[in-house]
Amino acid sequence: MLRHFDLELDELKRQLLGMGRLVEMAISASLEALETLNAVAASNVVAADRAIDELENALDERCFDLLALKQPMAVDLRFIAMSMKISTDLERMADLAVDIAQRVIELAGKPLLKPLVDIPKLAALSKRMTSEALLAFVEKDADAAAGIIIMDREADRLRNLIQKELMEDFMAKDTSVAPRAIPLLLIARHLERICDHATNIAEDVIYMVRADIVKHHPERLNPE
Amino acid sequence: MDKEIRMRAEGVNFFYGSRPALKDVNLEIYRNQVTAIIGPSGCGKSTFIRLLNRMNDMVPKSRLEGRIFLDGDDIHDPETDVVDIRRRVGMVFQKPNPFPKSIFENIKYGLEINGMRDKSVIEDKVVDSLKKAALWEEVKGRLYDSALRLSGGQQQRLCIARCLAVEPEVILFDEPCASLDPISTARIEELLMELKQEYTIVIVTHNMQQAARVSGNTAFFLLGEIVEFGKTQDIFTKPRDSRTEAYITGRFG
Repeated sequence: MLRHFDLELDELKRQLLGMGRLVEMAISASLEALETLNAVAASNVVAADRAIDELENALDERCFDLLALKQPMAVDLRFIAMSMKISTDLERMADLAVDIAQRVIELAGKPLLKPLVDIPKLAALSKRMTSEALLAFVEKDADAAAGIIIMDREADRLRNLIQKELMEDFMAKDTSVAPRAIPLLLIARHLERICDHATNIAEDVIYMVRADIVKHHPERLNPE
Repeated sequence: MDKEIRMRAEGVNFFYGSRPALKDVNLEIYRNQVTAIIGPSGCGKSTFIRLLNRMNDMVPKSRLEGRIFLDGDDIHDPETDVVDIRRRVGMVFQKPNPFPKSIFENIKYGLEINGMRDKSVIEDKVVDSLKKAALWEEVKGRLYDSALRLSGGQQQRLCIARCLAVEPEVILFDEPCASLDPISTARIEELLMELKQEYTIVIVTHNMQQAARVSGNTAFFLLGEIVEFGKTQDIFTKPRDSRTEAYITGRFG
């Protein structure tokens, strides 16, 4: 029996995906601004964040109403509760895109400290993890979600590599480069945090699909 | 709530003898919406819904003050035809009450009372009503079986079909799921969501969760008064009155 409630759940899913698409666009736009050190493009990312904030509020309100009015159970309950958590992660990811854009504004007009090698790798990984986390949510694919959680180790490794290089090879040798090194350090940190939020979404997808809590329990991850 | 008003209670007081059962009730019921009336036992919710199609007319020593309008007409006006009001404002009761006749005759009866004689028109109406009440698929092969052989949930949907056959504008549901199991209840609730596309619905229920699930607007009655009336999502997530909050969170009642 198709329930009217199913239509409301579909609408919630559409709303969440719409927010997810905007967040993906914000991350991509901040990374494009970084590639070209384009302060105008970076400012556009900052300005676009407001719409995502509003979407988070609207989504939370919808979830809240569904919980209060429809008394969802089992898979429906997990879907709505996880949607609320995912919207929080998405909003934080958009904030991190804004943080990257602000670092770009700081860097614009100055020569780059060094050619970027590992930051583009981490950027590509953060985009991939974000889009795959959203896909795993849409397709209720717990195995794909488990794969995303494993990718986070690579994100941590790249962040550590970038941090070590900037601190040991540059700032330790010449403190005057700090104004150009610190924004790059922070960008690596922002990108790694985006990957963490994508990981959170993946953990929520696994809970939604299998009702297994894998957060803080990596031993429970068992992708096929 | 900027919807079109279908029914309106204006300054309604109702007395059983000298005992007041409703005190200054003012309520607007909107077209194509489900309006839920909730409240503890004895709060006046059933008394109120029964006034909406004059079911209290025959209660001895009862007295009504104030007015109730259906599309602008005062339904308690002495000039108003009570049979016409009850056709326009149908009612489904707590306990399914099919006549001890066939499924077909249960629906035919109301049509004949309302002057319909054409056999083929009656047959079309019976089928149409059963479809609208989401019962057709389950009974199409046994229309001439006794209605009493249907399950409780099916009997209740038959009563809804019987009500729909005479083309009401408003349907009143007085605890329609009180005697039904959860699956039958879910079917009736789904049906309400369908019916509101075409009809205006008022439902009285003890079951707050049901009111939350099915209605667009909710009125909370207490001791014969309306404590709060508003959008269901507001009543159940951010009630303005502390008594509403206490009731819906189970702190009293």
